[in-house]
Amino acid sequence: MVGIVIVSHSEKLAEGVRELASQMASPDLPIIAAGGIDGGIGTDAFKIQAGIEEADRGEGVLILADLGSAIMSAETAMDLLEKEIRVVIADTPVVEGAVSAAVTASTGAGLDEVLEAAMEAREMHKL
Amino acid sequence: MASVIYQCIEQIGSKIIENKDFLTELDREIGDADHGVNMARGYTEALKAIPQEEEDIGAVLKKTGMTLLSKVGGASGPLYGTAYMKAAKVAAGKKSLTLEDARAMMDEIIAGIQLRGKAVRGEKTMLDALIPASEALTAGMAEGKDVNACLADMCSAAEEGVEYTKTIRATKGRASYLGDRSIGHQDPGATSSLYTLEAIRDFVAGL
Repeated sequence: MVGIVIVSHSEKLAEGVRELASQMASPDLPIIAAGGIDGGIGTDAFKIQAGIEEADRGEGVLILADLGSAIMSAETAMDLLEKEIRVVIADTPVVEGAVSAAVTASTGAGLDEVLEAAMEAREMHKL
Repeated sequence: MASVIYQCIEQIGSKIIENKDFLTELDREIGDADHGVNMARGYTEALKAIPQEEEDIGAVLKKTGMTLLSKVGGASGPLYGTAYMKAAKVAAGKKSLTLEDARAMMDEIIAGIQLRGKAVRGEKTMLDALIPASEALTAGMAEGKDVNACLADMCSAAEEGVEYTKTIRATKGRASYLGDRSIGHQDPGATSSLYTLEAIRDFVAGL
């Protein structure tokens, strides 16, 4: 299964999105929250790196990230990886993207398909 | 006895810590008011994490970069972390550095920051201090200047770069949300880059 990593400046926000997305997902789906830095607000490339490694089941990992430097930390984490893992960052809203990606990844879909599902969240209208 | 490179990082850290409030103030004007505090915390932690006797410059720079990465938060963590880790590659296994090494380190640092931040010169970032400094180093070396003169030129160029950031609008990072209102303010990242170079200049001059 494709793994999912939620990156946020807030540990609670990452954990909350993980909780929400997991509710819709297969219990086997690896969704890891990698939020905050040292208990405060920020993003930690090493925490994200560990999250990617934990989420990896050999079929790649999708990252959803919140604001600005969360992307920079996620890219740094990708550079820090010690084993070969296919990782992509979805340029999409975190909450909707995570739910959409989790549902699709739970069906056993590949990374490209999970990414596509996450990206569809950009077009979701609420009203 | 602390190694020379440890003492150099210590001097950089002291300069950043001394100017912590000013850097945070600059960041309050156009960002999220955490630059000085974050950088000071990063250096404080780095100085605890680096073995004081370690003479391998690459090893010390790498440890510094990794600590900044995991302690600074915000954009400065990945940017300064990447800068130190790229410089570490050039200095790996070395106990002293030549001007040629410094030249190679500046190239690696700038390329790393550009890749990480997806920024170019003129976007009101640390690159506006570092790229002119790098050019000054190249020019100084071509004129056959010694290390102290080259470092002095680098600092003058970086200082002009910091002044230049006051005249332009930010298009990267948190300050870009302010658009034209960012004009008139100097960039905190360019300023901390200048302080880093000044601390190295003063350290080398005192050797």
